[in-house]
Amino acid sequence: MHEHPDTQLEWEFRLPPAPLAAAPADVSAAVMVELRGVTKSFGPVTAVDHVDLTIRKGEFLTLLGPSGCGKTTLLRLLAGFEVPTAGEILLEGRDVSNIPPYRRDVNQVFQSYAIFPHLSVADNIAFGLKMRHVPAAERRARVEEALELVSLGGLGRRRPQELSGGQRQRVALARALVCRPKVLLLDEPLSALDAKLRHAMQLELKQLQRQLGITFVFVTHDQEEALIMSDRIAVIHRGRIDQLGTATEIYHSPASAFTADFIGEANLLDGDIVSSNGVTALVRLDEGVEVTVRAAALRPGSTRALLSIRPEKIYITRTKPAKDNCFKGVIENEIFRGAMDELRIRVAHNLQLMAMVANESAHEHAWHKGDTVYCAIHTDDIVVVEQK
Amino acid sequence: MSAPRASTDNSAGAQRAPRTIGWLLLTPLLLWLALFVVVPTAILFVYSFCQRDELGQVVFAFTPTNYARILDPVYLGILGRSLWYAALTTTLCLVIGYPVAYFIGRSPPARRSTLLLLVMIPFWISFLLRTYAWLSLLKGDGLVSALLHGMHLLAGPLDVLYSPTAVILGLVYTYLPFMILPIFTSAEKLDNSMVEAALDLGAGPVRAFTQVIIPLTRPGIFAGVLLVFVPSIGMFAVTDLMGGAKVPMIGNVIQNQFGQARDWPFGAALGISFLALFAITFWFLHDRGEARR
Repeated sequence: MHEHPDTQLEWEFRLPPAPLAAAPADVSAAVMVELRGVTKSFGPVTAVDHVDLTIRKGEFLTLLGPSGCGKTTLLRLLAGFEVPTAGEILLEGRDVSNIPPYRRDVNQVFQSYAIFPHLSVADNIAFGLKMRHVPAAERRARVEEALELVSLGGLGRRRPQELSGGQRQRVALARALVCRPKVLLLDEPLSALDAKLRHAMQLELKQLQRQLGITFVFVTHDQEEALIMSDRIAVIHRGRIDQLGTATEIYHSPASAFTADFIGEANLLDGDIVSSNGVTALVRLDEGVEVTVRAAALRPGSTRALLSIRPEKIYITRTKPAKDNCFKGVIENEIFRGAMDELRIRVAHNLQLMAMVANESAHEHAWHKGDTVYCAIHTDDIVVVEQK
Repeated sequence: MSAPRASTDNSAGAQRAPRTIGWLLLTPLLLWLALFVVVPTAILFVYSFCQRDELGQVVFAFTPTNYARILDPVYLGILGRSLWYAALTTTLCLVIGYPVAYFIGRSPPARRSTLLLLVMIPFWISFLLRTYAWLSLLKGDGLVSALLHGMHLLAGPLDVLYSPTAVILGLVYTYLPFMILPIFTSAEKLDNSMVEAALDLGAGPVRAFTQVIIPLTRPGIFAGVLLVFVPSIGMFAVTDLMGGAKVPMIGNVIQNQFGQARDWPFGAALGISFLALFAITFWFLHDRGEARR
């Protein structure tokens, strides 16, 4: 007797020969949603603060930010559960700011899934079609199609209580997708799944989105999830969009201290710009260490700069390499992090750098607490985040 | 195989552990119920097959006539009226109570307890006192009458008291909290995202209400209906006071058998029949409720 847990294979989406909605060729610069100066206040609290945002047709856009940053309110504004205090929301050019959720071609996958417990799986999925008066025969066919799409074929008659968390999540997805929304809103839909299943779902959701060509707006606080899935990421901080860009742009060229710190990990260093030769510039950190950066990254007239160095961009060697940025230091702490080792290296009496190295503790070159090492950083890997 | 078995073991264990201590903790309640519910009902059952002598003493001689008497058109008529009044009371309580209960259940927690307190406040005053208050409010030269006169909505004196209307009013007033409380409990537990999901999927407010909110608060509705319907059939105080004994319900008849009529066996037969009727109705409703789940 074999008990199959939720295996990877079982979780793969079976895509139908005919896509549910527009073809993937639709991914274009065409605008699906436009937010103009959207503000939402709850009494004295401003949850969303003058947000301008253009969401393209067929893109996977992620609203990323810590809890309480306003990303969920932004999603609720798109869904129609909240009416903006100021500004307007355009869906395909039409102002929908005051259109209630039941008259918007937008559907949501809820964080709690919100599967109706009094209806069967099939009736849950058929709910939206029923509300839109789709004839029974077509309804059945579309429900069947949607069930197949999320690998739940044959489970239509089950009660939601009989499903696993991952299966319920798929029902929620199918229930929203079957309505063929212009935009699918997803409110942290993977947060309740365990790490393995969650990663599988991230890839599959992304694949599903590409195949269906539906615009996805995905809310998450998990920066890794955002990097994996998104075409573009909007980093939300205190009700505003801190930075909008592709995953690589946001990771490699963070435009603010907040984004640099929130996405991945970063050594954030403040310093004075002391000299520039047109190609490179010298920044003296407040801790006294001098760092060479690209002069092109600096605006003329700037005197102060905030630099970001990713820990995995710091190369640790035992012998002094011939590089612009090279600091001698002592490993103060070594933290085992699975695939990576995190090293805390004291390079000046008040400056500690965080570096990531591939875990090689079984290897003879393993780094140890107390070792004296050199930290080398390529000039291009030092990002000027802010300057004034 | 291992995973499901582990879970079975677990649940069985979770049930087994409190069994002994559970019964022990239930003992006071069980003793109470046995002494004051089971034993009296058994006595009632025995009495219902007895006879009475001319003075109204119970004579322990078997007879089924008490039950046969219930089928008398007079009593059937009263029973019919009782059922009708109780049904009307239940419906009115549901229609009035549901929005109140839903509103309280969906309010922010801080306001919720205040509102709930307001629903409970009438319980602080004796039921009889409150009913007498209604009498003075509704009487021909009472406050309500004066108010309606003042607003020129009424010409003659208010003639509501000692009528079926007054009885229904009294019943609804008395039992409304029993409808509100269970529905409130269900509404409070209702996950707001369920309502939002319904709206999101294209259901307007009305259909969200009928398709999602009502089904999900059904346990509360069921409990409320039961809590109002059952006692309002048997109610005799309100009918006595506000109906002026002009519109007796089955409760009055039973009360009368144990009081002035001194016919305990017949009263017992009425009581037992009633109990059986409730049991059957409850069973039926409950089974249907279970089947729906």
